[in-house]
Amino acid sequence: MSAPTLRMATAEPRWVRLTLTAVGLGFLFFFLALPLLAVFVEALSGGWSAYLGALREPEALYAMGLTVFIALVALPFNIFFGVSAAWAIAKFDFRGKSLLITLIDLPFAVSPVVVGLVFLLIFGAQGVFGPWLMAHDIKIVFALPGMIIVTLFITFPFVARELIPLMQAQGREEEEAAISLGATGFQMFIRVTLPNIKWGLLYGVILANARAMGEFGAVSVVSGHIRGETNTLPLHVEILYNEYNAIGSFAAASVLALLALVTLIAKTVVHWRMRQESEMLDNALPAEKTE
Amino acid sequence: MKNRVLPGFGLSLGCTLVYLSLLILLPLAGLLMTASSLSLAQFWDIASGERALASYRVTFGASLLAASINAVFGLIVAWVLVRYSFPGKRLVDSLVDLPFALPTSVAGITLATLYAGNGWIGRQLEPFGIKVAFTPLGIVVALTFISLPFVVRTLQPVLEDIEPEIEEAAATLGASRLQTFRRVLLPAIVPALLTGFTLAFSRAIGEYGSVIFIAGNMPLISEITPLLIISKLEQYDVIGAAALACVMLIISFVLLLAANALQWWTANRDSSRGGHGVATSAATPAAATAAA
Repeated sequence: MSAPTLRMATAEPRWVRLTLTAVGLGFLFFFLALPLLAVFVEALSGGWSAYLGALREPEALYAMGLTVFIALVALPFNIFFGVSAAWAIAKFDFRGKSLLITLIDLPFAVSPVVVGLVFLLIFGAQGVFGPWLMAHDIKIVFALPGMIIVTLFITFPFVARELIPLMQAQGREEEEAAISLGATGFQMFIRVTLPNIKWGLLYGVILANARAMGEFGAVSVVSGHIRGETNTLPLHVEILYNEYNAIGSFAAASVLALLALVTLIAKTVVHWRMRQESEMLDNALPAEKTE
Repeated sequence: MKNRVLPGFGLSLGCTLVYLSLLILLPLAGLLMTASSLSLAQFWDIASGERALASYRVTFGASLLAASINAVFGLIVAWVLVRYSFPGKRLVDSLVDLPFALPTSVAGITLATLYAGNGWIGRQLEPFGIKVAFTPLGIVVALTFISLPFVVRTLQPVLEDIEPEIEEAAATLGASRLQTFRRVLLPAIVPALLTGFTLAFSRAIGEYGSVIFIAGNMPLISEITPLLIISKLEQYDVIGAAALACVMLIISFVLLLAANALQWWTANRDSSRGGHGVATSAATPAAATAAA
């Protein structure tokens, strides 16, 4: 009977624990679980055939295709520039490093509407390059290129932000060893760096991808809302909702919600793998760990 | 400077700086330039117009409320997730990131439907005369949803890293549990709590997608600043939109600097206590998932 009293000193009484758990879980239930459930209930409120019919509409299919296309185009840019920024910041010392990190974070802080507006000001008809673009018959704003550019802007920080602390924690020794053993820069990157950062990179890519597919505000400003042309899935949700087509709107929303769930699962799995590997490393090389 | 062994410094930094300049810095500079075509008095007129002032009040008021709600409940959620065990804990833990993964327009239509007079939650509140959807209260609900993960994710690693010894010492010295929490634990987590609050607040200020569906969008009452920018754009008042965007940009930059300073403070406090691993792990999940 001494165990409970022993625990009391650094744990809360049972009723406090139960109350806190109930309050915390209740909050999450009302703010997270209920909305998530509501998406699917609303989408299926007209039965399966209405649901599948809404998803088979040509405009819905087009919106899905466009959303995937934009995310796929943004992906290689995010990987290349994310790795490149993380390499420079994590492995070298230079002046203005913290300023550079703050600048990389900037897209997180800027309102999506402001991001869209910024590119409208540059490439729009009254913008800096507007007249020149018109003269050469190039459309950027209210067309696909503009939507890709704002997506790149918004997703830029994810990969770099994920990799910088990871690569900093790993230090330089392994890469330095590879170089002094005669590896070329490319060999070092493929054989040493990439295997070390692969989970972190994947984690960043998953986050960037979710954001790219789900972005609404910034894409909305530069898309011009041309049906069947510049409508991504999140914009399609809005249009149908404003037309009081609840089933169609929630059907499209349910696809995005499923995507969000897949993202959460992938995140959890990758995070778990990362932890596992870093624990393995910690156990194997206790002396190698330097900040 | 010491001789660099590793290759690719010039290349990687060069690529980063060029990309960052072309994609982010030059476009933002373009915004400032457009706004600077206004005289200071004209700028002031737009930035402090009646509708603009009302929109700041709505945006900042609702964001402040949402961030405060999240500070309180986020602390409880983080505490419960770190300290207690219950069935389905890992599932709940993964679900916390939902607002980062769910597109804002989906969140918007769903919350509007839930809190409308005939929705699951709105129906329960109606008899009490509480209207949420299409009122400023709806904005608070939407902003609470989208900024929910920040406080939880910033606090979790810090709570995990508190060594049990200090609590044991407090208990041994005769402190009650509440005293231990107030005098020992709370001071240790305040910087992280403030960081999470700042991140949630700055995310909420810029939010557009989820709010417009539930807000009702009445000028002077439930119109947020990002929406006012859009409506100026739709009236072809590009300069007016740019002026308001400038105001928002400056505010978000200041908040970003504040968040970074707070994270730096957290990191330094922790490293001065000898727990150097905390610094990076505490700062990253929040920043990396920030504004997803």
